Amino acid sequence: MTTIAPRATTAAVPAGRRRRNLDQWAAWGFLLPVTVYLAVFYAYPLFRNIDLSLRNYTVRSFVQGDAPFTGLANYGTVLGDPTFLPALVHTAVFTGASIAFQYTVGLALAVFFRQRFRLSATLRAMFLVPWLLPLIVSASTWSWMLNSDSGIVNTALGLVGLGPVNWLTSPQWSLVSVLIANIWIGIPFNLVILYSGLQTIPDSLYEAAALDGASAWQRFWRITFPLLRPVSAITLLLGLIYTLKVFDVIWIMTRGGPTDSSTTFATWSYRLGFGTLLPSFGPAAAVGNLLVVTALVFGLVYIRFQRKLEAS
Amino acid sequence: MTLALLARRWRTGVALLLTAIMLFPVYWMLTVSFTPEQDMRKSPPDLFPVHGTLDGYRAALTEQLPYLGTSVVIALGTVVLTVALSAPAGYALAKLRPRGAGVLNFVLLAAQMVPGIIMAMGFYAIYLDLGLLQSIPGLIVADSTIAVPFGVLIFAALMSTIPDELLQAARTDGASRLRTFWSIVLPMSRNGVVTVSVFAFLWAWSDFVFASTLDNGGAHEPITLGIYHYIGNNNQQWNAIMATAVVASIPATLLLIVAQRYVAAGVTAGAVKD
Repeated sequence: MTTIAPRATTAAVPAGRRRRNLDQWAAWGFLLPVTVYLAVFYAYPLFRNIDLSLRNYTVRSFVQGDAPFTGLANYGTVLGDPTFLPALVHTAVFTGASIAFQYTVGLALAVFFRQRFRLSATLRAMFLVPWLLPLIVSASTWSWMLNSDSGIVNTALGLVGLGPVNWLTSPQWSLVSVLIANIWIGIPFNLVILYSGLQTIPDSLYEAAALDGASAWQRFWRITFPLLRPVSAITLLLGLIYTLKVFDVIWIMTRGGPTDSSTTFATWSYRLGFGTLLPSFGPAAAVGNLLVVTALVFGLVYIRFQRKLEAS
Repeated sequence: MTLALLARRWRTGVALLLTAIMLFPVYWMLTVSFTPEQDMRKSPPDLFPVHGTLDGYRAALTEQLPYLGTSVVIALGTVVLTVALSAPAGYALAKLRPRGAGVLNFVLLAAQMVPGIIMAMGFYAIYLDLGLLQSIPGLIVADSTIAVPFGVLIFAALMSTIPDELLQAARTDGASRLRTFWSIVLPMSRNGVVTVSVFAFLWAWSDFVFASTLDNGGAHEPITLGIYHYIGNNNQQWNAIMATAVVASIPATLLLIVAQRYVAAGVTAGAVKD
């Protein structure tokens, strides 16, 4: 690790050590602000959250800070809650379907944009717009587009003799509605990452395959897809971690409703803690911690995977 | 040759069509923002704002201007705090070989995986004790947690490309580490400063989770809450809602045009958007 060559003479050892100690002090001097910051603004809120989930909080005891310790009772409450199973299923469906569609569409677009044509770079940049817009902007735009009576989507469906669909107000469509909006938001991210992955595949491979008479379809499945596997894995894992956290889009469009039909762990946790007049912070924190654990498990998989990639 | 040219033209055509489909919601937001109120529920709706009006923008600017001002202050504050915290840390990780760097790197990666809503709950409990709820500094600190880990990792990656010989030369000339950082490392990391600032600004500007939990009902609310209250209160005035949405999208659009290179670099280099 250190590049300063250790000297052989005994007299130089203490000086070298002092020097290295000084280096360490300087290094940690530069790291001190961020370390304190991480401890105070990451570790402590997370610790408070665990503490919240282990006590029986009411609004009164929340302010006074004398809530009794109740162990895992909040977790029991949450697991036994009739919302638990729907929230679990919706989180899984929302996350799975989001990343599947975002990845597929993103990859198809990346392959398309890798071809040479005019305006390619400009149009690719314009694809980033949905990802950069504030989520409240995207979510409210989609809300209006999916409006049952005056939305453009139902108008378009009407032209081909379908609908109208109560996108946001019927239990069977609300999850689909938030999924559509979330997929739209996530496509640019997938496109950019996969596009940069595609650029690492040498052109000569495709030229050789074309000479051997491989069709475009074969070239994709025999060259592009296998060589892109590490980038794909990273994209999907990041998509997974990112989608587990999605809260804004769902809350703004449906508030998890109607009757829990689009509730995920993230919106459920928010509703318990902040969405009602009588907040139940304990169960809210318990749901939140289940979400943290899930996100961190996939996060560890991601970090391990990336380390392995860097090592190879 | 002509066949190849034709294929290229054809691809440009397809690409334009795909972009149009992808950006249709953005176009629709613009159209609705110019639509007069009486045409809002017309069926079928006009695909162009034929009787375009600025009523929506007039309403948006008279009612939402304070929210926009608050958002600018919060976003700029977040940028300053994020760069001030993450640039020195990036320098140390890249060049000073601190013991425990591996652990810190790991913590920074893991920190980005914690959902915002969980952080918000913890912050709420702490701010309640400290009396920082509904305050701008409180929101700036909370918003910076989205960007600081990203910032440190970007700075570390960028600063590690600065040649060691250069820093060694500065030391031989008697420059202290602080001086080296300030006069050599930081100016050479201008790209990193821009990238980190762009993302810190955008994330703070777009933040809804922290705003709605820590600042709801406060005297100074950011624009995301402005739009949120708008939707909740008068869901008839969609031209004003969409006009506000358009105005709230201006920073993102501007940054995409002005700093496109940095935006693309940030997405791929870190690949760490929360």
